[in-house]
Amino acid sequence: MDIIRVKDLVKKFGSFVANDHLTFHVEEGEIFGFLGANGAGKTTVMRILCGLSAPTSGEIMVAGYNVYKEREKIKQNIGYMSQKFSLYEDLTVSENIRLYAGIYGMRKKEILNREDELLERLKMEEIKNKFIRDIPLGWRQKLAFSVAIFHQPRIVFLDEPTGGVDPITRRQFWEMIHEATKEGITVFVTTHYMDEAEYCDRVTIMVDGRIADLDTPRKLKEKYNAKNMNEVFLKLARKAKNGDDK
Amino acid sequence: MKRFLGFVRKEFRHIFRDPRTLGILFGLPVVMIVLFGYVVSSDVKDIRIAILDHSKDPTSREIVRKITSSGYFIYAGDLQSEKEIAEVFESGEAKIVLMFGQDFETRIKTESTASIRLVADASDANSAQLAVNYAQAIISSYFLSKSEEISLPWQINVKSRMMYNEELSGVYMVVPGLMALILILISALMTSVTIAREKEFGTMEPLLASPLKAIEIILGKVTPYVLLSFVNAVTIILLGVFVFHVPLVGSIALLLAESMLYITLSLSIGVFISAVSNTQQSAMMISMFGLMLPTILISGFIFPIENMPTILQWFSALMPVRWFIIIIKGIMLKGTGLAFVWKETLILLGMTLFFILMAVRRFKTRLE
Repeated sequence: MDIIRVKDLVKKFGSFVANDHLTFHVEEGEIFGFLGANGAGKTTVMRILCGLSAPTSGEIMVAGYNVYKEREKIKQNIGYMSQKFSLYEDLTVSENIRLYAGIYGMRKKEILNREDELLERLKMEEIKNKFIRDIPLGWRQKLAFSVAIFHQPRIVFLDEPTGGVDPITRRQFWEMIHEATKEGITVFVTTHYMDEAEYCDRVTIMVDGRIADLDTPRKLKEKYNAKNMNEVFLKLARKAKNGDDK
Repeated sequence: MKRFLGFVRKEFRHIFRDPRTLGILFGLPVVMIVLFGYVVSSDVKDIRIAILDHSKDPTSREIVRKITSSGYFIYAGDLQSEKEIAEVFESGEAKIVLMFGQDFETRIKTESTASIRLVADASDANSAQLAVNYAQAIISSYFLSKSEEISLPWQINVKSRMMYNEELSGVYMVVPGLMALILILISALMTSVTIAREKEFGTMEPLLASPLKAIEIILGKVTPYVLLSFVNAVTIILLGVFVFHVPLVGSIALLLAESMLYITLSLSIGVFISAVSNTQQSAMMISMFGLMLPTILISGFIFPIENMPTILQWFSALMPVRWFIIIIKGIMLKGTGLAFVWKETLILLGMTLFFILMAVRRFKTRLE
C-alpha cells in the first residue's frame, strides 16, 4: 500500500521553482531516501508533506489524507525530526519525552510505560533527570529520534538527521531507524551523505528541483555502472550541469 | 486542553530555569521603580543661595531668613557687588543670587513698589527654574502674610493650587509612566524573544508539525507572561502606593482591568515582533529600538507631548504607552471612571485587535 502518494507536485517561491513536477510514491514500511545537494529542494518536499508549507499545485496524499484539506489529521499520524536539533536544552530527558508525548495526546499511563521501556532500551535510565544540554550530542540525536517516534506515528520524517554526528553514532542511528521500520513505521529521510543512501530501501535523487532518478540503491548502481551511491549521484549531477550548458 | 496545559507547563519551566529571564521579569521592575522613584524625582533641595543686599533693612533681612530657613536653600554668603555674582557661579559656591535694591523697605512703604532680583545659574536649566520658582513662592507668601500690616493701596493675590499633585511630586508622574514602560517592555520583549528562541533553536518546526494548532502554540507561549506581567503590574502599584505614597483614588478593579488590556496589547505586539524576526537578537533589537526608546522619549512619560514638533506628536499618538499613561494617571490620581477614559480604552482595544490580526496573518503567510 502507498502511504505517500505525490503527483505533479510543484512548489514555487516567487519565480523560483523549488520543486518541479515531482511524482513519486512511498510504500508502507519502507525507508525512503531523498538525496540531493543543498538547495536541491529536498527539505521543501518534506515540509510540504508534513503540512509545514503549502504546495503551489499537485495531488498529494499522506497517510491517506489530503495535504490541502486534512492537514490536522496528517499531523496526528506523523513524526518529525528537523535538521536543526529539536529537543529543549533546558528540559530534562524525561521532560522532553513527556512534553512531546503530551502534545500528541498520549495517555499518561501509556506515556509512563513507554518512557521506562524507551529509557531502558537507550540505556539512559540514569540520566533521565539530566538536562539535555548536559548530555553528549550523539545521545541527544538518538533521543530526538526516539521522541519523534514515541507516539508511534505511521510515518516519520527525518530532515538530515545525522548532520554533525560522528560516524559511529551515525551507524547506531541507522540501526535505530531499521528498528523503527520493524514496528511498522515508514521512514522518509533526506540526507546529503551518499553512503547513507545505501541503508535505504529506495532512493530518490533530486537535482535542481527535479527527480533525476528513483530506484533501489542496487538498481541505481547497476544502471549507472557505479561502485557506490556517491558515483551515481555525481554522474546524475554532472548530467544536469551539462544539460544547462547547452 | 490537556496538551495545551502541558505546553504551558513547559513554558513555565523555561522561565523559572533561566536566571536571566527571571531577573528581567522580577528584578528589573523593582530595580527600575526604586531607581526612578528616588532619582528622577524633580524636587530640588539644598540649593546654595548667595545674598546681595544693598539696603540691609529689617524687611530684606527677614526675607533672607525666610528663604534660608525654608529647607530648600542653603545660605552661601553675602556678596558686596554685582561683579561677584559671576564669581560665585563660576566657582560653584552658589547656584542662585538674591538681590535687593537700595532702600528696599522705604520704597515699599512710600512708593508701594520695590524690586527684588533673582539671578540663577541656568547652566542647569531645570534646577535653575525650580530654584527661582521656590524663591518666588517664598517671597510672595511672605508679602501675603505681611499684607495686613502694611496697607498697600491695592493688591492682587494670585493663589495657585496644583490639583491632584499638590506638592508637584515627581514620583506621581514617574510611577504611572514606569508601570506603562515596564509592562510593555516585559510583555513585548519577553514574548518576542521566547518565540524567536524556538525558531532559532529549531524547536518551532516540530511544534508546527505536531497536532498543536498555531494559535495554541502562540497562546501557550503567551499565557505564562500574561500571569507574570499581571503579578508585576500589581507589584508596581503596591510599590507606588506604599513606598512612594502615590494616591490610588479611583477604582482598583478598573485599574487592574485596564492593566490587563494593556498587557494583552503588549503581548500581541510581542507576538507580532516575533513573527517578523527569526532570531532572538533581532527580536530584541526591534523591541528595544521600536518600542523602548519611543516609549521613553515621545510617549509623554518624561517630555511633555505639547512641546514636541507636530510630526512627533502624531507619532506619539501611535504609542500605546501614551494612552495607557493617561488612563492610569486618571484612575490613580484623579479617580476618574470609565466614563472619562473610554476613548483611550477604545484606542488600546483597537491597537490590540490590530496587532493580533497582523500577527496571525504573518504567522499564516509563513506557513503558505
